[in-house]
Amino acid sequence: MNSSELDLDALARLARLALTPEEKATFQRQLADLLQHIERLSQVDVTGVEPSAHAHPLQNVWQEDEPQPGLPPAEALRNAPARRDQMIAVPKVVE
Amino acid sequence: MTTSTTPLYYLSLAEAAAALSSGRISSAELTDAVIARAEAVEPQLHALLSADPAAARAQAQASDARRAAGKSLGPLDGIPIGLKDVIAVRDQPLTAGSRMLANFISPYDATVTRRLREAGAVLYGRHNCDEFAMGSSTENSAFHPTGNPWDLERVPGGSSGGSAAALAAGEALATLGSDTGGSIRQPAALCGVVGLKPTYGRVSRYGLVAYASSLDQIGPFGRTVEDVALVLQAIAGHDERDSTSLRAKTEDFGAELRGPAIPRRLGLPREYFGEGLDPEVAAAVEQAVSYYRGLGCEVRPVSLPHTPYCLDTYYVLATAEASSNLSRYDGIRYGHRCAEPRDLNDLYSRSRAEGFGAEVKRRIILGTYVLSSGYYDAYYLRAQKVRTLVRRDFLQAFADVDALLTPTSPIPAFRRGEKADPLAMYLCDIYTIGANLAGLPAMSVPCGFTRAGLPVGFQLLGQPLGEAQLLALGHAYDREHQWGRRHPNL
Repeated sequence: MNSSELDLDALARLARLALTPEEKATFQRQLADLLQHIERLSQVDVTGVEPSAHAHPLQNVWQEDEPQPGLPPAEALRNAPARRDQMIAVPKVVE
Repeated sequence: MTTSTTPLYYLSLAEAAAALSSGRISSAELTDAVIARAEAVEPQLHALLSADPAAARAQAQASDARRAAGKSLGPLDGIPIGLKDVIAVRDQPLTAGSRMLANFISPYDATVTRRLREAGAVLYGRHNCDEFAMGSSTENSAFHPTGNPWDLERVPGGSSGGSAAALAAGEALATLGSDTGGSIRQPAALCGVVGLKPTYGRVSRYGLVAYASSLDQIGPFGRTVEDVALVLQAIAGHDERDSTSLRAKTEDFGAELRGPAIPRRLGLPREYFGEGLDPEVAAAVEQAVSYYRGLGCEVRPVSLPHTPYCLDTYYVLATAEASSNLSRYDGIRYGHRCAEPRDLNDLYSRSRAEGFGAEVKRRIILGTYVLSSGYYDAYYLRAQKVRTLVRRDFLQAFADVDALLTPTSPIPAFRRGEKADPLAMYLCDIYTIGANLAGLPAMSVPCGFTRAGLPVGFQLLGQPLGEAQLLALGHAYDREHQWGRRHPNL
């Protein structure tokens, strides 16, 4: 892994993380080291091996579509950082 | 091991249950003893992030009233149990060790919390942990580090370090943690208590703050293997609210312990006894192996050839899942929101930058990278395939042996600040990650101390849903040695 391949600006943008220049420099170096370690996975012969999303083979899980009580609005809004009436307040999205 | 002078807060859960049942003590007395103990040790230990003594005392009084009316709910009724601060308890804080959730109050109970309540447990203490359960030392908590009760300058392990330290110090009679790559077993080993990661899907994850959903599992810490069995009994079972929870029969784990049979064929994976293993840890684990030989167990070497790739597989899968799971912290519905955002994107990016600590950011960035276009096949998909091979290794080994025995951690508790390099910290988990990748039950059992007085643990790994045999095997050692009943000078 060549650390110059790690475009920290692009990754930070994708992850919606406002990183400081110092954080970017540190992560650039640390992630290059980690990726060099992780690169060892390329040594494993995975020809014909099925990927596992979970440890156990899981089937689709179905449940009856029955209404259940949910959180009342006051409870659901309890942790919202900004509220107006019974809604979460956010910056203007469309002009 | 214990005498009538054992302080109430150092009783095993089973002893306390017997004392409550016989009327020798009340839950109110027991709970008061635990609260007083916590107040005495917390200024040095810092295992708690929050606690609600009034709520605990009210639950204890309700338990005593039930018992007086002849309506006891079983062995956990009236027992003070603490939770890692990643498990939701209605109307209590839930920080996950993060500034992001510094002011969050749970609107509902996790399923394990509900089950503990239904068993009559007294919920006391929310334990410190590495932020979002990412770490092996509890140093990544946004609030404060936690000391190891055996040496306050050293770490208790992590990420469930607060839960292990609190139990070892007498701030609860049992605790619950979560384990994604060793976060129950490694701190159990470093603090000298028993810690069990159940089979993936054995215990519901509803109400657990998600880190890496295909690996996360809630499990108990106890002073004895028997205590861990009693807590597992209460929390295990299928839950409609967790679609990955298994429809498996929940055996009577306590009855299995009392049965005469233990699994006889033990495997020692040679990849777990190589370079990097501390000689004092190796010696203590070897003594446990000898004990099992003495019980008539057949001990044989086995090989798990993909072990060298477990760490890399884990860091691809766990960070990928974390980058996705933690996208929910966007500053909108709950969690930290930055001041005066310019627009929506600025709100997201700055709220997350201000709310998350360095390790969480590092893992989100790495996870974003391995999932990004052009790298997905090389990293994420390949790691999922290697995971298949890792699981296959374990299942092949279990064709010849009933359980595997390994060290839990390559080293005893290390000093705070000693592992500043992320990779050095990640290597703490080399013996525990395999069980998460393969979804197996695994337990750390204390097996002695180093010359410097630091606890050492060994790990038992069993077949999927093999908790009953695993507990019986661990109990066969633990009931004779009881290392988890020794107490630190604190």
